[in-house]
Amino acid sequence: MTTGLYGTYGGRYVPETLIPALDELEAGWAAARRDPSFQNELDRLGREYAGRPTPLTLSERFAPGKRIYLKREDLLHTGAHKLNNALGQAVLAQRLGKRRIVAETGAGQHGVATATVCARFGLECVVYMGAEDMRRQRPNVERMGLLGAEVRPVEFGTKTLKEATSEAIRDWITNVETTHYLIGSCVGPHPYPELVRELQSVIGRESRTQILEAEGRLPEVVVACVGGGSNAIGMFAGFLDDAEVKMVGVEARGAASLSSGRPGVLHGARSSILADEDGQILDAHSISAGLDYPGVGPEHAALRDSGRVEYVSATDDEALAAFRRLAETEGIIPALEPAHALARAADLDAGLVLICLSGRGDKDLDQALAHL
Amino acid sequence: MTGEKTLVIYLMAGPDTPALAEAAVAGGADIVEIGFPFSDPLADGPVIRRAGERALAQGMRTAACLDCLAETRRLVDVPLVPMTYASILEAYGWERFADAARAAGATSLIVADLPAGERPELRRVQLVAPTSTDERLRLAAEQTDGWLYLVTLTGTTGARAGPSGQLPGLVERARRITDVPLYAGFGISTPEHARETAVLADGIVVGSRAVELAEEGPDALCEYVASLRTALDG
Repeated sequence: MTTGLYGTYGGRYVPETLIPALDELEAGWAAARRDPSFQNELDRLGREYAGRPTPLTLSERFAPGKRIYLKREDLLHTGAHKLNNALGQAVLAQRLGKRRIVAETGAGQHGVATATVCARFGLECVVYMGAEDMRRQRPNVERMGLLGAEVRPVEFGTKTLKEATSEAIRDWITNVETTHYLIGSCVGPHPYPELVRELQSVIGRESRTQILEAEGRLPEVVVACVGGGSNAIGMFAGFLDDAEVKMVGVEARGAASLSSGRPGVLHGARSSILADEDGQILDAHSISAGLDYPGVGPEHAALRDSGRVEYVSATDDEALAAFRRLAETEGIIPALEPAHALARAADLDAGLVLICLSGRGDKDLDQALAHL
Repeated sequence: MTGEKTLVIYLMAGPDTPALAEAAVAGGADIVEIGFPFSDPLADGPVIRRAGERALAQGMRTAACLDCLAETRRLVDVPLVPMTYASILEAYGWERFADAARAAGATSLIVADLPAGERPELRRVQLVAPTSTDERLRLAAEQTDGWLYLVTLTGTTGARAGPSGQLPGLVERARRITDVPLYAGFGISTPEHARETAVLADGIVVGSRAVELAEEGPDALCEYVASLRTALDG
């Protein structure tokens, strides 16, 4: 009966009220995947609206002596990989007859992506965001407003992504008959981890083709930052079957659910969680609002246990140094989230490295400049 | 049972809970649920969420909650049912938690984010909602422990202005499927709500409003529970 497991992780740990909606979403997703017109529509939107395929950029000055390729999701419309998922789920929501969308956001990138697709398709959009995140990601709050979304501040608890996610789920429980919950990462109850992974796997598919074209071989190592883990799982999906390709996920040191967490249940799934010995969820701490989350997608927990992916972490200072270095050496200002991946890539013992540059850094300028 | 209809009162675990439970029973409660607080309670509205935050700040972790349960058991004879979230059981050990709760005097268990079908080996009171399909109602009724918890509305816990329009249909479907007692909860706060709900269901569960009254002390809680009791028996 238990569905959507990755090893012992995943599942559906949600109030009963949501189970029929999850069944409906699972069935709708299965039907959409079998329907060529769904994939054609996503491909067309990706090409004509979002700017896919995104380029692969060789960065020669960032880490001399290595060939580091950056997958430029920062050049996607709205400035981050989040749009891949938001577009796919918005098309799916319409197939399910849902005209109201709720979402959570941390850094604001997923909120902006969701507000964007809702504007594009004429859907009502409510985004929950922690008050603390609204303070440190002001530009994205303004963008969401301009796009016609209602941003609802979450004023309790940590006032960050964890509470915003809880409030979005509570809204969904209340309005489940009219509303689709457009979750922003590969977390949550089944089928969300699988759905988000599949919608983000375009990153890995394109990257694989592009690096084979550019280098005639696969990368030695693929690196991506991991908060909830959606850009990483999308990138890794393209290389999981290539046994010779090593994969590294980089968490924020103060939000390292995989490196220092324990099995737990948060927001509908069993995964590796920052929790105390009683199962109470701990606060995460990161300069990067997008990584500031005490949970992670269940598939990452399984990939850690199997040893297929290695998970490491980077500190705030290391991320800030990489943020500045990429700007100065390549003329690219990365988001603070992928700056964590950049920070670890420099010390890898590998010549050919592929990094997912999951978003651009405009939103982080105030935050980063205050620290640099 | 003090009357034909069952009155279930929810209290958050805390230092005063045993005395409050005693007051609730004196007022006419037939079953007392004891909330074991969790940091991220998805099924709960603001009143119980805040009560949980306060309880955690007072150190009401799992061991302290089990002690509270045992102390309450010494004071009252009615069934006691811990209500909590999956993360607490995951950390404590699923079977170990069920054993420890039983040893401390629990009659059953409610896990708000563990729907029927997940971990069927854990005996517990199952919840069903207006959105539940007949197939899910059947599964929950088969697996439930003693009675079925009818969530009266699509939403989180907390008082509502009036009775739920979604409940009559749910009760009607559940009656066709099962003979187990149906106790309805979520949103019920006034004697008037209680009476209207009990016309349909075999019992009612009152949480958020009881938690608010409990903050005013045992006397206020007892008086409130008695007003519900009168409404149910009247």
